Amino acid sequence: MTTATVSHAAQTAQWTKKDLLGLRELSAEEIRLILQTAESFREISLRPIKKVPALRGKTVVNLFFEPSTRTRVSFELAAKRLSADIMNIAAQSSSLSKGETILDTVRNLEALKIDMLVIRHAAAGVPHLIAKHSHASVINAGDGSHEHPTQALLDLFTIQEKKGRVEGISVSIIGDIAHSRVARSNIWGLTKLGARVTVCGPATLVPPQIEQLGVRVTYKLEEAIRGADVVMLLRIQHERQEATLVPSLREYRLRYGIDRERLKQAKPDVLIMHPGPVNRGVELDSDVADGPFSVILDQVTNGLAVRMAVLYLLSGSRLEEEPA
Amino acid sequence: MAKVLIKGGRVIDPANKRDGRFDILIDRGKIADIQPSIPANGSKVIDADGKLVAPGFVDLHTHLREPGREDKETVESGCRAAAKGGFTTVCAMPNTSPAIDHRGAADFVHQEGRRVGLASVRTIGALTKGRQGKELTDFGELFDAGCVALSDDGNVLADGMLMRRALEYAKTFERPIIQHAEDPALAAGGVMHEGIVSVTLGLRGMPAQAESVIVSRDLALAELTGGWIHFAHLSSAISVELVRQAKRRGVHVTCEVTPHHLALTHEAIGEFNTHAKVNPPLRTEEDRLALLEGLRDGTIDCIATDHAPHTDWEKDAEFDAAPFGISGLETALGVCVEALIKPGLLTWPQLVERLSTAPARIAGLEAGTLSVGAEADLTVLDPSAQWTVDPKRFVSKGRHSPFAGRVLTGVVLRTLYRGVEADG
Repeated sequence: MTTATVSHAAQTAQWTKKDLLGLRELSAEEIRLILQTAESFREISLRPIKKVPALRGKTVVNLFFEPSTRTRVSFELAAKRLSADIMNIAAQSSSLSKGETILDTVRNLEALKIDMLVIRHAAAGVPHLIAKHSHASVINAGDGSHEHPTQALLDLFTIQEKKGRVEGISVSIIGDIAHSRVARSNIWGLTKLGARVTVCGPATLVPPQIEQLGVRVTYKLEEAIRGADVVMLLRIQHERQEATLVPSLREYRLRYGIDRERLKQAKPDVLIMHPGPVNRGVELDSDVADGPFSVILDQVTNGLAVRMAVLYLLSGSRLEEEPA
Repeated sequence: MAKVLIKGGRVIDPANKRDGRFDILIDRGKIADIQPSIPANGSKVIDADGKLVAPGFVDLHTHLREPGREDKETVESGCRAAAKGGFTTVCAMPNTSPAIDHRGAADFVHQEGRRVGLASVRTIGALTKGRQGKELTDFGELFDAGCVALSDDGNVLADGMLMRRALEYAKTFERPIIQHAEDPALAAGGVMHEGIVSVTLGLRGMPAQAESVIVSRDLALAELTGGWIHFAHLSSAISVELVRQAKRRGVHVTCEVTPHHLALTHEAIGEFNTHAKVNPPLRTEEDRLALLEGLRDGTIDCIATDHAPHTDWEKDAEFDAAPFGISGLETALGVCVEALIKPGLLTWPQLVERLSTAPARIAGLEAGTLSVGAEADLTVLDPSAQWTVDPKRFVSKGRHSPFAGRVLTGVVLRTLYRGVEADG
């Protein structure tokens, strides 16, 4: 890892942000830097000894106000492979109800001199609120329907890996666009790197204003699938949704569910992506989810490398802020 | 009490169509004389040369939070903020705890206002018991207690039949029903205007139509009953147009707009700035321009602050959880100068009319005028001095403003309530 470490040191100089709150505020160069850094970290997980000392002595806290398994585990493992100390805190989502505000919680953690906070919350903007009031670097691990930057970064990484590039690639995002943080972060990341993005779903799940972010909108699944290099499905979060958005899950599956038959309209080398967990038989049939076009598990593997890169870059910027 | 002579100011009194350089003599709390020149004769002289002298502003929409949430504001702290902002009358909204839905609560707020003695404190009584939207309050008792209007502000009166009855019944008293126009189903869960900013931030939006469908319904009911409907804080172009058409048809309707809706759009939320979270929400530039035009052409009758103070710990929270509302009394004038005077939309007499004469008329109060014999409630303004908004220096307990850090023009130099300087 010596040569890699040297090249990281050079790259760290280009990273100046204290926090990773969303892809909206990143430049294409910053996104590429994260992807390049992730490239070097991917190899670590293939070694017999899957650990480097890059973040030794740093304390990372996974502060999850909303239940999550995969994102939390991915961050936890990423931090451990970088030799950081990591704590998991599953906090009350509505801390106000028991009299403690989010900022109280954060001030308590600050008092313990932690270095980085990985935050998941059901309300949009919570990582921004915390970042404004905390010395620690804040990583947004999903805030409401707003952004989920590391998910989009691992999606970009996977597209880059499988297609060799992101620029000029045609990506269709299908599902509940209105309530999806994954969709928003991917729209920012993909458009910044020059991909063509189509979003598709029933009109109740696709706000018309989303077009202003530079994407094509269609309510017809065939239009979204035809000619797409990548078809990205979103989880239909029926546990969260108002009943009025889609008449029924059956109706959704019949109109927008992806099965092998529908996939015939796609390019022969199409990639099927999904941030997980998959609702089998709703947005995606099992034989497609587990089929040859699916890169769903590659996404999970790449997520680890991307999160290692993000932790690494943010810790570097923090070091630079300290007096020599 | 010594006589007070305000000397050499530009006196603007729209009620008497007065705009010119005059001296004002105040004796025993009332305006005793207005002449081009009055000798001092031992009066205490306030030099107003180069300044404006206007009737004290009248706020139709103030949340004083007392009784119930004295940590957010009290009658006393709210009156100090009023005095600092040039207001000599505030109409307190009834969303207190208990609600001002019975005589005792109204009496308490009025008494507390008299004890503080910095401004005339009036109340808007609740429209329904407990502001629950189920049963009408005892209108007569509330008006006898001194309430100037009735409203469930903060809550819409959603029940159309109950609104019809309220408009009909209030006709006896020749007083308005004030509606917070917001369709509860269309706005459910919303925290800002539904548009490109809410879509980008992933926040639940409230469409402009959540307001206008209720405006439309209530205009129809006012037309049906001949009752008087007043819309609080209009925020959308569609609503302005509906009111404009209704006024042409002769419907008895009045309405107000806040300074922040005249000056800002949903872009003010930026990245989750809860200090720009208000209800109704800040909307688009098109809406803002329609509100300005509505105020200019008389569709919108007056400016009201919707001063809605909150504590820091509530306001500095996640956007979804932070309460709606900002501290508005102390920035009202400066924001109005930026939004209305500087672009040449209103003249100073027109602005003064919309801040004092018109709201006093709607509230049925003998305020908002500098007539000889009237109470000496007035404010002395420097129309060109600049200041930087620093919410930490607000005298209100609510220290949240989307205008923080902005340089505004127009400073309230002093406010006299019943002839005595009200200390902000």
